[in-house]
Amino acid sequence: MNASWPLLSTLIWLPLIGAALPLFAGNQRPDMARWLALLVSLVTFVISLQLWTGFDSSIVGMQFVEKSSWIDAFSINYHLGVDGFSVPLIVLTTFFGVIIVLAAWGSITARVYQYMAAFLALEGLMVGVFAALDGILFYVFFEAMLIPMFLVIGIWGGPRRVYASIKFFLYTFLGSVFMLVGLIWLYLKTGSFAILDWHDAALGMQAQTLLFLGFLAAFAVKIPMWPVHTWLPDAHVEAPTGGSVVLAAIMLKIGGYGFIRFSLPITPDASSHLDWLMILLSLIAVVYIGFVALAQQDMKKLIAYSSISHMGFVTLGLFIAFAIARNSGGDFQGAGLGITGAMVQMISHGFISGAMFLCVGVLYDRVHSRQINDYGGVANTMPWFAVFMVLFFMANSGLPGTSGFVGEFMVILSSFKANPWYAFLAGMTLILGAAYSLWLVKRVVFGDVANQQVSELQDINRREALILTILAVAVIAVGVYPAPLVEMIDPAVQQLLNHIGQSKV
Amino acid sequence: MELKSILILIPLLPLFGSIVAGLFGRQVGRAGAHWITILAVAGSCVLSLYVIKQLVFGGVEPVNTTIYTWAVTDGIQFQVGFLVDKLTALMMGVVTFVSLMVHIYTIGYMHDDPGYQRFFSYINLFTFSMLMLVMANNFMQLFFGWEAVGLVSYLLIGFWFKRQSAVSANLKAFLVNRVGDFGFLLGIAAILSVFGTVNYQEVFDMAPSMANATITVPGFGEWSMMTFICIGLFIGAMGKSAQAPLHVWLPDSMEGPTPISALIHAATMVTAGIFMVTRMSPLFELSETALSFILVIGGFTAFSMGLIGLIQNDIKRVVAYSTLSQLGYMTVALGASAYSAAIFHLMTHAFFKALLFLGAGSVIIAMHHRQDMREMGGLKKYMPVTYWTGWIGTLALIGFPFFSGFYSKDMIIEAVGHSHRAGATFAYWCVLLGAFFTAFYSFRLLHMTFHGKPRMDEHTRSHLHEPPWVVTVPLILLAIPSIGIGFFTIEPLLFGDFFGDAIFLKDPEHNVMTALAEHYHGATAMALHALATPVFWLMLAGVGLASYIYLRQPKLAETFAQRLGFIKHILEKKYWFDELYLNVFSRGGVNLGKQLWQKADAGLIDGLLVNGAANVTGRVAVLFRHLQSGYLYHYAFMMIIGLIIIIGAFVVFVK
Repeated sequence: MNASWPLLSTLIWLPLIGAALPLFAGNQRPDMARWLALLVSLVTFVISLQLWTGFDSSIVGMQFVEKSSWIDAFSINYHLGVDGFSVPLIVLTTFFGVIIVLAAWGSITARVYQYMAAFLALEGLMVGVFAALDGILFYVFFEAMLIPMFLVIGIWGGPRRVYASIKFFLYTFLGSVFMLVGLIWLYLKTGSFAILDWHDAALGMQAQTLLFLGFLAAFAVKIPMWPVHTWLPDAHVEAPTGGSVVLAAIMLKIGGYGFIRFSLPITPDASSHLDWLMILLSLIAVVYIGFVALAQQDMKKLIAYSSISHMGFVTLGLFIAFAIARNSGGDFQGAGLGITGAMVQMISHGFISGAMFLCVGVLYDRVHSRQINDYGGVANTMPWFAVFMVLFFMANSGLPGTSGFVGEFMVILSSFKANPWYAFLAGMTLILGAAYSLWLVKRVVFGDVANQQVSELQDINRREALILTILAVAVIAVGVYPAPLVEMIDPAVQQLLNHIGQSKV
Repeated sequence: MELKSILILIPLLPLFGSIVAGLFGRQVGRAGAHWITILAVAGSCVLSLYVIKQLVFGGVEPVNTTIYTWAVTDGIQFQVGFLVDKLTALMMGVVTFVSLMVHIYTIGYMHDDPGYQRFFSYINLFTFSMLMLVMANNFMQLFFGWEAVGLVSYLLIGFWFKRQSAVSANLKAFLVNRVGDFGFLLGIAAILSVFGTVNYQEVFDMAPSMANATITVPGFGEWSMMTFICIGLFIGAMGKSAQAPLHVWLPDSMEGPTPISALIHAATMVTAGIFMVTRMSPLFELSETALSFILVIGGFTAFSMGLIGLIQNDIKRVVAYSTLSQLGYMTVALGASAYSAAIFHLMTHAFFKALLFLGAGSVIIAMHHRQDMREMGGLKKYMPVTYWTGWIGTLALIGFPFFSGFYSKDMIIEAVGHSHRAGATFAYWCVLLGAFFTAFYSFRLLHMTFHGKPRMDEHTRSHLHEPPWVVTVPLILLAIPSIGIGFFTIEPLLFGDFFGDAIFLKDPEHNVMTALAEHYHGATAMALHALATPVFWLMLAGVGLASYIYLRQPKLAETFAQRLGFIKHILEKKYWFDELYLNVFSRGGVNLGKQLWQKADAGLIDGLLVNGAANVTGRVAVLFRHLQSGYLYHYAFMMIIGLIIIIGAFVVFVK
């Protein structure tokens, strides 16, 4: 593929249009729908690796840029491009595209063709979110993404799927309306919908504050931050396994990505001014939600709360930068560690939460219960599954050598420089995370066989083993050798820090 | 072969063995698994001894080398690398040797266990993790090793995962260690924020210039930076080396199979904290406050845990409390700046405590996995090798002259006696009186197990016999250093220049070890001189009293128990630490979570705000429904009104 090949468009439209392929297979030929979906997702993933290898970290600014006019009247462009923040997230998205198809292979039997189509479309739209450099284009992808997810929860979901899907939709939709207002205001102010133009636009403090709050409404719901997090546990519980995986692994990251792409560079002064709020909410997420996770009886709810708690590290890592700079007279040295940590945490949490939901899915497919109390002693009948379960929950509790350690370690180290108390409170996750993760493992995996159903369990089959092995390799690889990932992110972080260091007022 | 390649090979061999035995256990079979893992750890052991030889006799300089760069961000280098000087090399030798003995022993101990391959995989993995810990040249890798040994400890305590007691114990162990690691991580964060690097050598080089640096903790005023860092790091050590009040996990860890009690929970992992503080002596030496804190914690642990050992009836638990107490001794030595004495005791203790644990395991095998000493007695004639090696271990533990433990323990007591640091007097009395209790519980164990009349049932008695050679050979091989290693190594380790630059002393002229060197006239003289010290007579008193009670007057123990009922009660309740933690932290934490979840999340946020908003919307919608009449002209009319409002707003606000 040569340099002029529209790689990003391919990654967006290939799954979006490819979504039609399983539809052609129809309801009568589910196997064909599965194979076609696998083909599309695999090709997309392989092509996305081109993005990783072709990306040049030494170049400042966006790469693989595509730009063509879309709606001239409002100077809205079809404008795509990526930097060190978006490339890892796009590759993570296409990676999970494949995982989802594989995971649904045996466990989804109703309307397979529609299920596959919905996820392929979702994949394309999510890539679009990470690649869009035009405000309206971003917004279109951002909102359109909700539709397939809404359908996934609403059609293949559990008994309370209607409540959950509507809550999910309204919550996120309500948040993004405020963002839309902000985007339109920015257009009126700058005459452009280009995100990069907005980065350089001079804005007054009041305007920045309002914009910041508008963005916050959208992204805080998405990531989600306390107290607008209550849609997530419901959505997770009702969503089918694949839905939960995409939700946790990719969709939450769009919130974090939004802070990086919009809030920090467009409204740096307001970010600096309101960083106490972000830090406060982040620490509440880590500690408060950590305790809430401890009290859960439903495995999916527990993982959902754990996700919120872990996302607290993302927002913490992003917003401690200003406090560090204030402490050292405007020098951002040490803040980059936090932002890099936040990014690594997003990637890592993608792997780990995805893997944990898949583990719960494996159990749910067999026993049809998500309640911790319905299990016990699973290791007796499913020894290989137990290995994966222990590995992923250990990773979730931030064990060094797994990816879960890297981001949290960096954010905690960095936050100490901002204020020792931040590190203290964030560090509580070492205890809380281990407590809720391993207590679940103890009650589900260990112990003697608890009941008839557990005694009849079959260990994971080859397909499940394959999926979990791929994820295990990813989790350990990032934990043992995060350098390639960090090298990708670090230049973008330095660029961001240079940018937010300059006042726009 | 180049030294660096050898150093890489030392941890990688057991990692490889662990992966093969763990993932391909079925393919390689039981014998395959134990051969691969034993050869791997034997290889590590031989190479470690070679490294020691090179460093001690070959005149090779300490190695500080990077293996690979883990990540670089924000200009901070995180690397995986090795710092191997004589301190590290000594630890590598101890770890791999004891590990090898335990590997061989395991063939016998786990003979009938269905998880045979899994067990070998775990102990190989442990050896890898422990080596990564001691060989690290930076704090990141140290933390990796620190948590990795914790993981393996978790897996091994819960090895028999069907037992509720085992899986409760391993969760407890992991969480209590996490409390320690929490402090440890804060210490590392403080180091990075001050020094801008996590590399040992760079930190040590800059440390003296930071001796007077302070840190402001909002709400808690100004602290000496070094004190903050050192106490943070030491909290990590308290978790791993089971110092009060973070000791509660170690007795419960006895739920794991006995070989790992010997390897992990006596000889190696639990000494990681001692090693770490020694390695960090360039930092700890700069904080008097932290060292005093260490003295007090160590003294309290040494004394109070020894007392609990007096009343335990489970053979493994006696040894476990003894381990806690001995770890307290090592900690006291650290607090007195007698780092070399701490490491010396760490080494001798590794041998004789591994010996005692493996001996206890041998008894447990013979007793068909019963561990209550009240059902034992008279085992002497059935298992002579276990009996005589048990004697050796016991004499070493109580510090009988010429045995290894004598030299190391006596040195600690002497050192803390010479220390003028705040807390030293308290610690001195703790370790001095501790000697009496150590002797008492050790001989109580020896007598109740091996002497007197057999108290087990006839069936068990008729099957009593010495376990196979794979069990007894490690006992003998561990008994040899338990006798002699103190005598032969005290001079170079404590009074020679063995450790060189590995241990930093702020004021070498007035260090307690320097003071002791003035009185030291050789190992033999020291042993003979001991007869005139109070430690020796306290120890003899302990032996005598235990022997009198448990050989002559068994009823006397009951009389004591009745007369001193309240003390016995306190000891049986283990000072109520477990109850406190269970009720306050475990139950309290879960209850807090429930409250937050049900009251705040479900009640306030969802109930009032989210669903409340939905209800309001619903009611408003009922009103607005009248607007949706379905007549096209209504809609057109409203669109026009809407447009007027929008354009009007646009004109007014944007112009």
